[in-house]
Amino acid sequence: MPMTNAETAYQHPLMQAYWAQLDTRFKQVEDVFEDVMAEALAILTREDIHHYLDAARVIGKLGRGVEPLLVFLEEWPSVAKAIGDEAALPEVMAFVMKMQKSPNGKAITPFLQTLAPVARRLHSRELMGHYLEIALDMMERTTGSIHGHHTTFPSPGLPDFFTQAPFLLSQLSLAGLKNWVEYGIRNYRTHPERQKDYFTVQSADSRAVLQRERHGTLFMDVERKLDLYLRGLWRESEQLVPYSTAFDELRKPVPYFDKLGMRIPDVYDDAGQISGLDRYRATLAHMVGHRRWTEAQIADNWSPFQRMAVEFFEDCRVETLLCREYPGLRRIFLALHPKPAADACDPETTSCLRHRMAMLSRALLDPDHGYRDADLLDFVARFHALMAEGTSSTKDIAALALSYVAKTRRQSDQLAKIHFADTVVDYRDDNRQMWKFIEEGDEEEAFDAKRKLEPGEELKGLPPRHYPEWDYKSLTYRPDWVSVYEALHPKGNPADIDRLLEKHGALAKRLKRILDLLKPQDKIRIRYQEEGSELDLDVAIRSLIDFKGGANPDPRINMSHRTDGRNIAVMLLLDLSESLNEKASGSEQTILELSQEAVSLLAWAVEQLGDPFAIAGFHSNTRHDVRYLHIKGYGERWGDEPKGRLAAMQAGWSTRMGAAMRHAGHYLEARKADKKLMLILTDGQPSDVDTHDEQLLIEDTRQAVKELDRDGIFTYCISLDPKADEYVSGIFGRQYTVIDNIQRLPEKLPELFLALTK
Amino acid sequence: MTDKEQYKIHTEPYYQAQGKEVQLYEAAYRNRLPVMVKGPTGCGKSRFVEYMAWKLNKPLITVACNEDMTASDLVGRYLLEANGTRWLDGPLTVAARIGAICYLDEIVEARQDTTVVIHPLTDHRRTLPLDKKGELIHAHPDFQLVISYNPGYQSLMKDLKQSTKQRFTAFDFDYPDATLETTILAKETGLDEATAGKLVKIGQTARNLKGHGLDEGISTRLLVYAATLIKDGVEPMDACRMALVRPITDDADIRETLDHAIDATFA
Ligand SMILES: Nc1ncnc2c1ncn2[C@@H]1O[C@H](COP(=O)(O)OP(=O)(O)OP(=O)(O)O)[C@@H](O)[C@H]1O
Ligand SMILES: [Mg+2]
Repeated sequence: MPMTNAETAYQHPLMQAYWAQLDTRFKQVEDVFEDVMAEALAILTREDIHHYLDAARVIGKLGRGVEPLLVFLEEWPSVAKAIGDEAALPEVMAFVMKMQKSPNGKAITPFLQTLAPVARRLHSRELMGHYLEIALDMMERTTGSIHGHHTTFPSPGLPDFFTQAPFLLSQLSLAGLKNWVEYGIRNYRTHPERQKDYFTVQSADSRAVLQRERHGTLFMDVERKLDLYLRGLWRESEQLVPYSTAFDELRKPVPYFDKLGMRIPDVYDDAGQISGLDRYRATLAHMVGHRRWTEAQIADNWSPFQRMAVEFFEDCRVETLLCREYPGLRRIFLALHPKPAADACDPETTSCLRHRMAMLSRALLDPDHGYRDADLLDFVARFHALMAEGTSSTKDIAALALSYVAKTRRQSDQLAKIHFADTVVDYRDDNRQMWKFIEEGDEEEAFDAKRKLEPGEELKGLPPRHYPEWDYKSLTYRPDWVSVYEALHPKGNPADIDRLLEKHGALAKRLKRILDLLKPQDKIRIRYQEEGSELDLDVAIRSLIDFKGGANPDPRINMSHRTDGRNIAVMLLLDLSESLNEKASGSEQTILELSQEAVSLLAWAVEQLGDPFAIAGFHSNTRHDVRYLHIKGYGERWGDEPKGRLAAMQAGWSTRMGAAMRHAGHYLEARKADKKLMLILTDGQPSDVDTHDEQLLIEDTRQAVKELDRDGIFTYCISLDPKADEYVSGIFGRQYTVIDNIQRLPEKLPELFLALTK
Repeated sequence: MTDKEQYKIHTEPYYQAQGKEVQLYEAAYRNRLPVMVKGPTGCGKSRFVEYMAWKLNKPLITVACNEDMTASDLVGRYLLEANGTRWLDGPLTVAARIGAICYLDEIVEARQDTTVVIHPLTDHRRTLPLDKKGELIHAHPDFQLVISYNPGYQSLMKDLKQSTKQRFTAFDFDYPDATLETTILAKETGLDEATAGKLVKIGQTARNLKGHGLDEGISTRLLVYAATLIKDGVEPMDACRMALVRPITDDADIRETLDHAIDATFA
């Protein structure tokens, strides 16, 4: 291949070591290794790099070809970045090995393929662990259980489940996902076909269950709003880490915060008139209150009852202070806070301490609580008296709490049967930050001395960018499906291009006339100039009339011109696939040579017009390796550098057009221009060696055209493929031309451009 | 001769000092040093200059700069008249002749070739050449040049040249702190302090989001607008949405957050 080194001699000693550690012979891996490592080194610590490469080596030796290895190398750094915790790797690898040892080895690649998007939805290692639990449970219960057969069969639905996982998690909380999977396993464990239909989200009941499980406000959908809420209203910028309530049956997790951030549920259903979003806000506000005003107390001297009372009082103190900042919070707190009936608990048979505390808590916040108990009213009054003096303190409020416990103590508080109903305030955190234990000694700050790659040690090459690909069969995107690597095109001799331009001297002259015609039209007249290049007759006459009539004439009677009226940014994307090396029919020249001539002329013409203009080429060798080569950048003049690169243009490999167009599109999108034009010069249909369904990449390219159109980019295809009529209008609509006589390309291309932008 | 009096400010403008700026300005004026006031939009720059002009009892000529402005718009130009042409002084020239404080508001908006005409007025020469008229004006002893600009707009295209910047003493303004800003709202509009304090709180919520989807927070000017509307009987929450949130952003998440802050504050 023209663009890659044949030998495996990496310049950088570190790279050599890494390559040795990976211990693989796959050529495809070698092609991308350096680029993949550039990304990994930017994200992972040195130590994690070793775990990463060890894991990759294991995957490379599973005997499942190069796919899982490539996918893992590409995806893992994004996974680690998304969940911010490298320690998930052993769990992931353990799961991979379980698939390998079961008949489900074929599911390994789909599993790894969607792991990064899944991680981006889940956001924490803990949730990732639960995801693996769901997958493992499904695998174990759907593998090899067909009646009357001795051999074990792989799980029919597992690969599809992994493929669908990112979509499912965009709709469901983990609890919802668990229920959805459970339904599928229960009903279709022994029906391979129907199981597949279910897990590809094709069957009607699969969709129905999905709808049923889709409720509440998902954390991931409101993450930014919560972030803005913390920042804007409270000046906090804490990390938010979601947890799932679906997996701890015994003890439902409760919000809490620690060094790593604020932990909150991954979904909140509306509670009465309070939206899920406001429930999140209440939870965050409450934790903010503790962070601002709560001072940790030494717990050792107090009984569990006393501690519980202190917590209730302190919760109410911080909420009172929060409501002083934002009075509107009280409505939300009160709507979420239980209001226990005064006679709900029988102190003869039941421990009523929680019940008493919950009532008190209600009464401390709610002026209209309506309780009549004398002790309660007394302590409410004392609480407000304390608070009236200022912010009070955890210590003072704890003293009040202790005397409340003493005052209201009952024998039955010790009973084993505890009254729980209506006593849980679920937006409050578990108060772990409120206590210090002398016994344990202070936790030491875990100091991580790990470091990432130093700036000076940078490796060559840009990290790959991952793009989705459109799957027309399921009408969904495959997230992060394609890896695009970009580089400067190698350079050749610019004089070759100048020779080509000379050869077309006559054509250039003709074009020049068209260009000259184009130019003056795009001049803008600027009127009302005191000093200008020409007299503006209209204004001058008006001034004269004013003057004659005795009024002050306007002296701005001149006008001038500005030539930057054209505001078009252009991107020319060249298909550099293997077929370009063929001779054009009826010609001694290859398509590649003719393309070079055409592009040179076009570049020359655009330079005359002064439109910002970039040229890039692309080709691909499977979805793991799409190469995007810069030939001319927007900032570069059409001089020796870009000419040299164009001169060195070579062709090879295949045509994964959609990914290249998306990548080119992100450059074009960044341009500030009124009009954005992407020209694609190609000699065949989108295709690649790893895609056997011809329609797939055609449909993906069509989808890319739609995306670009949505982003305000006009795409136009110039096809040199005589058979293009069969597919090109399907992709580009009416925005294409097929050039049958390729020999005329050099004159056609610039003409076409001029016509398009006139 | 132009009538000085018409440029004088006769009633004291309300200005709440944030620090020592009043005394420092007086010192700059005593020595006729050019002054630059920097700060985000609507933080009181114009009001401050107006106040100083009143305090020093000097005429004030204000020019709002824009990108179509030419040097002639500042300096002056010839007009055609029945019996020939007549020269008409521009605002800068008028100020230099009568000894006014000349305030060029939002100077970065003007093109750089326009800005340079002020250079000779800003150094020891204190002169202004009227090239077309063939006259060299020596500035009146009372003349002073003041410019304002908002560093937030800074871009490659819109920044002052170093050679311009380095001719000025400068004041860095920012939105006043909560107590001061509350006082300002109350004094300026007659709104009660409690409600004014709530407005300030919402203003600060937005300022906390600067750089997270907002380019600028809510200005004191907008808070004054909201206070004015409330004083006129508009529902506080409506006034806030209309004067504070809708003008500054179309980002749905930010709107929703600010709307929530308004509800939570005025509940
Ligand atoms: N320190 C202050 N004292 C009194 N009023 C103030 C003060 N600061 C701001 N204001 C109020 O804010 C309003 C806006 O201030 P001003 O017009 O001076 O802003 P500016 O900084 O010049 O803004 P811009 O850069 O947009 O021109 C004033 O009309 C006034 O009501
Ligand atoms: Mg102003």
